[in-house]
Amino acid sequence: MDRCRTGSLKNTFTNSMDLLHLFTYGFFQHAVLAALLMSITCGIIGTYIVSRRMVFISGGITHASFGGVGIGYYLGFSPLAGAAVVAVLAALTTENLTRRKVLRNDSIIAILWSLGMAIGIIFVYLTPGYAPNLMSYLFGSIITVTSTDLWLMLALALTVTAVFTLLYRPILYASFDEQFARIRGIPVMFINYLLIILVALTIVLSIRTAGIILVLSVLTIPQNITNLFTNRFSHIMIGSVVLGFFGSLLGLVLSYYLDIPSGATIIFTLVLLYLVARFIKVVIFGR
Amino acid sequence: MSIPVVEIKNLDVAYQKQLVLSNVSLTVFEHDFIGIIGPNGGGKTSLVKAILGLLKPVRGSIKHSLNRSEIGYLPQGNQVDENFPITVKEVISSGLEHGLKIRPGTARSRQHKVEKALETVGLKALHSRPIGELSGGEFQRTMLARAIISSPRLLVLDEPDTHVDNQFETELYALLKELNRTITILLVSHDIGIISPYIKTIACVNRDLHYHTSNEISEEQLKVYNCPIEIIAHGPVPHRVIKEHIHK
Repeated sequence: MDRCRTGSLKNTFTNSMDLLHLFTYGFFQHAVLAALLMSITCGIIGTYIVSRRMVFISGGITHASFGGVGIGYYLGFSPLAGAAVVAVLAALTTENLTRRKVLRNDSIIAILWSLGMAIGIIFVYLTPGYAPNLMSYLFGSIITVTSTDLWLMLALALTVTAVFTLLYRPILYASFDEQFARIRGIPVMFINYLLIILVALTIVLSIRTAGIILVLSVLTIPQNITNLFTNRFSHIMIGSVVLGFFGSLLGLVLSYYLDIPSGATIIFTLVLLYLVARFIKVVIFGR
Repeated sequence: MSIPVVEIKNLDVAYQKQLVLSNVSLTVFEHDFIGIIGPNGGGKTSLVKAILGLLKPVRGSIKHSLNRSEIGYLPQGNQVDENFPITVKEVISSGLEHGLKIRPGTARSRQHKVEKALETVGLKALHSRPIGELSGGEFQRTMLARAIISSPRLLVLDEPDTHVDNQFETELYALLKELNRTITILLVSHDIGIISPYIKTIACVNRDLHYHTSNEISEEQLKVYNCPIEIIAHGPVPHRVIKEHIHK
């Protein structure tokens, strides 16, 4: 495996430089911006996913989207666009089949999960030549994000923030008790479908930075760290954005100094932060 | 002269293609206090959900003389995730929600209503507590406050006394009796003995519905109604009354 494609900084930039110097490089500034935008989107959407116990559904959507990556490679259009279309379709299918009780919810997810991976593998295999950036879709590559990626991430971050600001209470109430929310006239179906589409888009845009294999942790670890100290939806949201950004930044810098892949280092850092937080909670708060 | 609030005619309700209610008719009048009793799986909750419009009937009709937003509802305990990150105050406020309106009512009137509801159920000190940190009784108090905060005309309660302490149980039913002076109440319970002093009439639900125009019922009548439930007599020590039998 080519290391620089999986996001190792030092192989690409071998000069030794100090921390501040690092921030003057264009690629690093892009990476920091990407980390910030990803943290905003994933902090908010991840809180929704964790609170509603939708982590497994999100895993299904993530892996199903690999089918879109494969089709994109084969037909010669942007793999990311392919992933977006397939992710949204997988999300809507899961929501719809679950609601109609056609199959058990976890079975639907498992089928879409592996079907997407299978389609992806077949189409990548059928594509003539070597699929150059395949590894970056599996493991992410935050240091190679382009300006286009950043604009898309900015648009999504703004959309997610706006939706959760304007519809905060209806989203909270529909997530907590769907049937009661329906009696109060909240359009629960609309909210569920809107949110599952946002979940799918969040996953796809995070694949660029965190990768299919690692994206789930960006959506769950900051939330679970914050959840150790607060049990309020809005606080978990804000705390996760802050912690997510801090963790990704720390991971990014560590990956440079240790010369290891950035995506994996970010996840590792987040898990370490979780353990530290757990320790602090036990020692200081005594529970 | 009483006004009908809900009129149910020849209702069939199915749950996952299984018929759970068959040919049920019931008219609920204003100021009624009906105890809905019956065995587990007999269709009590399905009846309530059909009345609330949460389950579509297969056959028959339900007519309301009130808006859905005029119904207060306390669901069965297992319907919500008790570890969901939401506070007591947020749960109670959700009872004031109305469609997608960003701010239903002024902030001050909302605040006032929430405080009044907190006081009614005795949860003032716990308003910022996440529901995951509440006892069973405190949780049910929160759900009751959410059901009554909008001053509903019809109150529907599905086993409100699950996991609650004796003290709250007594308070709860006394409060319901008080509320019944202005509000119509449907109360689902598995325990006819405890609700009997508070309710006015009984609906026995076991696939079909038998309406009983008194608040007391005997085992013989339950048999006639095809409604096999145990009658538990409540005294200082909870005990079950077993039919007389001959020792050999």
